[in-house]
Amino acid sequence: MRAKALIRITFLGAFIAWLVLIFSDVTILFSDIRGLNPDIPLWLPRFMFDLYVLGLFIYYKFKIEKEEGLNFTDLLWRVFATGLVVTVVSLGLRLVLFLLGDTTLASNILFTDVVYHINLALFLGFLMAAFTSWKRLILYQKSKWLIRIWNVFEFTLLFALLYDSLNSGTNGTLSTIIALLLGGLGLVLTANMKWVAYLNFKQKWTSLLLLLLAFFYLGYFFYTTTRLADSIAIQSVSFLDFREHTFSLSIFAFVIVYSLFSFLVILFNLPTSSVFEQKLEEVVNFQRISRSIQTEQNEESVYNILLESSVSSVFADAAWLEIRSVSQEDRLFTYEITEPEARAIQDHVFNNKIKGALDQGADKTKNLSKHLGLLKGARFRSLLSFPIMVKGESIGTLAILKELPDGFNKEMTRVISTFANQAGISIENFRLLEEAFQNERYKEELKIAKTVQKSLLPEKLESNDDFEIAAFSQSADEVGGDYYDTIRINEHKVALIIADVSGKGTTAAFHMSQMKGIFHSLAQQELDPHEFMVRANQALVFCLERGSFISAIYFVVDSQKKEITYCRAGHCPVLYYRSALNKIEYLKDKGAALGMVKNKTYCNMIDVYRIDYKTDDVMVLYTDGITEANDAKGEEFGYDNLGHTILEVKDKGAKEIQEHLIAKLYEYSGTDDINDDFTTMIVRFK
Amino acid sequence: MVQIKRLQEDGIDTLAIIGEIDASSSIELDMSIAKSVGEGFKKILVDCSSLEYISSAGLGVFMSYIEEFKDKKINMVMFGLNEKVANNFSILGLADLLHICTTKEEAKQLVNELSV
Repeated sequence: MRAKALIRITFLGAFIAWLVLIFSDVTILFSDIRGLNPDIPLWLPRFMFDLYVLGLFIYYKFKIEKEEGLNFTDLLWRVFATGLVVTVVSLGLRLVLFLLGDTTLASNILFTDVVYHINLALFLGFLMAAFTSWKRLILYQKSKWLIRIWNVFEFTLLFALLYDSLNSGTNGTLSTIIALLLGGLGLVLTANMKWVAYLNFKQKWTSLLLLLLAFFYLGYFFYTTTRLADSIAIQSVSFLDFREHTFSLSIFAFVIVYSLFSFLVILFNLPTSSVFEQKLEEVVNFQRISRSIQTEQNEESVYNILLESSVSSVFADAAWLEIRSVSQEDRLFTYEITEPEARAIQDHVFNNKIKGALDQGADKTKNLSKHLGLLKGARFRSLLSFPIMVKGESIGTLAILKELPDGFNKEMTRVISTFANQAGISIENFRLLEEAFQNERYKEELKIAKTVQKSLLPEKLESNDDFEIAAFSQSADEVGGDYYDTIRINEHKVALIIADVSGKGTTAAFHMSQMKGIFHSLAQQELDPHEFMVRANQALVFCLERGSFISAIYFVVDSQKKEITYCRAGHCPVLYYRSALNKIEYLKDKGAALGMVKNKTYCNMIDVYRIDYKTDDVMVLYTDGITEANDAKGEEFGYDNLGHTILEVKDKGAKEIQEHLIAKLYEYSGTDDINDDFTTMIVRFK
Repeated sequence: MVQIKRLQEDGIDTLAIIGEIDASSSIELDMSIAKSVGEGFKKILVDCSSLEYISSAGLGVFMSYIEEFKDKKINMVMFGLNEKVANNFSILGLADLLHICTTKEEAKQLVNELSV
């Protein structure tokens, strides 16, 4: 808002200064012709001219210099447009003069002076616009020194302007010094043409045209104002002659020299501009490949970007990328070439027994163009192959094709090699990232599975007047497959189960949940243990995958008959302490695990056993994690140790026995972290 | 870690298992047996004299072939199991499903008898 107001004020100021300038200049001229003494000081027109120039300077400073988002051609376009407007105005004036013909007004010197001033103002308007634009171009890639030089240049110009308003004429020593200084500085500044390099081919042509038109405007105005000044000078010298104005001449010279230099530099840069454009494209493509790893969702996008970038960087006609992997089939990505065509070339190369180029052994860039010449019917005549390396291993090859024979030079080979390397890095990074994500997901899944598994184990175990039960289960870092549970069948019967699913991890936890379902549905039907196992096997044999099984023992404790009936299906033998004999024994009975064999055979592979329990008897159920727990030397805890441990606390309650056993186990393994699943269930009879 | 060596003589394929078989190395055992079956051997001996430990997953591998062997009339005999390994087999009830011998000679004899 402030800037806008300032622009208006300076414009208005410049305009008023200009009006005063015309008025004063005409008055002085009139007085001179009539031999009168003018009432106004002679320096007034010059001073007003200075104010006009300063106004223009500030006006363009805001209008052109401070404006953002202008590119080089926009700047040149501004200069051109300003030039067009002022030229049209000037030509319009000419038309009016032409229409007036040889009237007295037209030949009046005062009228000529007004016309001269209008033209001069337009000319300076254009010069200042060009000057401000050139300033932007020169300072495009500025250094400290450049800015200093420019500031000195501008201040010298200002000084020239002041000097002009005090003295008329360009003959003084000081004005020569000023002119020389400005000339020197101007030449140094005109050497700054860095912006030209950033123009593309089309922009260069546009710039040349615009500059050419700018020359035309400059020439036209110089001609017009000079002629007008001449026609006034014949009659009187008491007017503001711009040819005696150091500032105007300097700025005119500067604008024209810089325009000329720019024109020539652009002209000579035209033939090489494609090289610059190519370099720029390479950089952009390179960036795309590097960035693709962060933004793209999959490897395919990286491959496709690599293909596109490589082709566009070396002006190739087609390309393909073959990715080999152990786990998957070879994948072929093509660009501007069909898969059969690519395969035909591959076969051709293979048939010619060229090793280490398109095959797995490829380890360096190869030019295969000479071999392609022999392939009939192919439209391509040049072929380059590049290996894509990830972690020092070739994961595939990139082939670039051209229809021209001998289409690749050393430079192009180098560029694509760099691309291929970068792509390799991108793919490697991409894979690492993918792996990290995957790991994180697995961890999360395992956490969930572990929670699910924990929730499958009962919070509360059955008990009655005859027995009490204590249980403990601990799973390793991974999800375990140990399961224990109790269920009351009726008033005096309770069913117990302990099971161990083969394997670990999420699948084991799922099988464990199946086992829980089977236990809860079958146990309630008051089946005898044999029938329970046969039905459980029938259910599981088709559910479990090949090689998986579940070992289990199923008990029915009958407190009325004071007996236990049970069936062992491949599970660790029960440890039973008989208080009457003060002895422990392992009940090694016959019985195969669940889910291994189909039912016909299974019926005969399992038997029911019966124990009469007495008060103070202890039954210890456990999974193999307990007997197989290793100590520091790798020795297993074993059955003997288990027996001794139980004997030590045989008279204690179920909970105490369980706690003692677990404490002993940790003591034995000598670590807080037993990396296995282990579960125990202690049944103590009262 | 496990190493499985195969030796063929008189139409018998002998797999010698050296080391321990746990969940990860059981895949190797599975592949070896599958290879032997794939090559059409009808008599397979498994030398367990250097098998130090076998986990439930390893036992599962032997078990998973029981049905297939029956269908294809392939006979597999194991021998030289150490006490711990043998115990693992018997607890699971696999001892009844598989043929297990003490020495190689016995095993050879058994596999030949079974194949008649």
